[in-house]
Amino acid sequence: MSKRKLQEINAGSMADIAFLLLIFFLVTTTMDVDTGLMRGLPPIPDKDQPENQDQIKERNVFVVKINKFDQLLVENKPMDIHQLREKAKEFIANPEDLDNLPAKDYKDLPFFGRVYVPKNPIISLQNDRGTSYGTYLMVQNEILAAKNELRNELSLQKFGNKYDDLEEDQQKAVKKYYTAVLSEAEPKNIGGGK
Amino acid sequence: MSRFKKEGKKGVTAINTASLPDIVFMLLFFFMTTTVMKEVDLKVSIKLPDATEAKKLEKKSLVSFIYIGKPSRSYQKLFGTEPRIQLNDQFKNVADIQDFIAQERDAMNEADQAKMSVSMKVDEKTKMGVVTDVKQALRRASALKLNYSSIKTTKLK
Repeated sequence: MSKRKLQEINAGSMADIAFLLLIFFLVTTTMDVDTGLMRGLPPIPDKDQPENQDQIKERNVFVVKINKFDQLLVENKPMDIHQLREKAKEFIANPEDLDNLPAKDYKDLPFFGRVYVPKNPIISLQNDRGTSYGTYLMVQNEILAAKNELRNELSLQKFGNKYDDLEEDQQKAVKKYYTAVLSEAEPKNIGGGK
Repeated sequence: MSRFKKEGKKGVTAINTASLPDIVFMLLFFFMTTTVMKEVDLKVSIKLPDATEAKKLEKKSLVSFIYIGKPSRSYQKLFGTEPRIQLNDQFKNVADIQDFIAQERDAMNEADQAKMSVSMKVDEKTKMGVVTDVKQALRRASALKLNYSSIKTTKLK
């Protein structure tokens, strides 16, 4: 046995090396999570099947059109995009049971019992090929926001919680309370441009 | 009184830095595990639109990305300034989307194929014409779960 002590490795520079690596990873890390609007696309319609869209009553449809100058035409009236949310909310809920807003009907729902709500409101979105994507997405966002706000208000009122914090079956009931289908028109190529 | 005036001759005691590497290593491992290296480099410049209702994209491995926007500066000579579609690392046309979706779908295992979704990262100034064409192509490829990538904000401009 040697009397010499085992020489220790100098670990002083360990921190420096680790720092170097740390800074590298700090710089390369991107913490951003992808966020976006989740939407479903309709399947391609069957060509053999005739379309029977004319059965839907006009009062049940909320038509939003966007032209190539990013201007909005809502129910045949020009509108600023900031008013769209309120209008859409009014359409989906029809709180005063107006004649020109969707027809209401009785529906049996868990938690709520028998409720008097609009039966099946449809929001129809039509855009031009020249519409900018930013505006298009803003409109989509506003319509989605209208639906979400209504559901949130209802959830708060009924369960005292936000919609996202509800139990699954509660969410289902709230979802059925306010339904609104967002339908996008089949693209038409009127101008013949590319 | 002399009690307070006693200035130490010892000087400042050195802080023991022996545990410094440990702390740094801890941080290092944290960043190492959370880091996601960028998979594709963008050849188009994209400024995503804002949205208040944006939700977090779940399960990124099941998501395929389609980028649409103006070619970035260095590619403008070759590809012009019209909005182009980028799939993986290349500029592609609308006609290639069906193949792209089929490819992405084949790369997944069968159980996940039904959950596959597509995220579109589109510059906000792009005209809807291209976007509509892409959407139609996606419908034909029956990739019906679509995500419009946007940045979450609390208030719209």
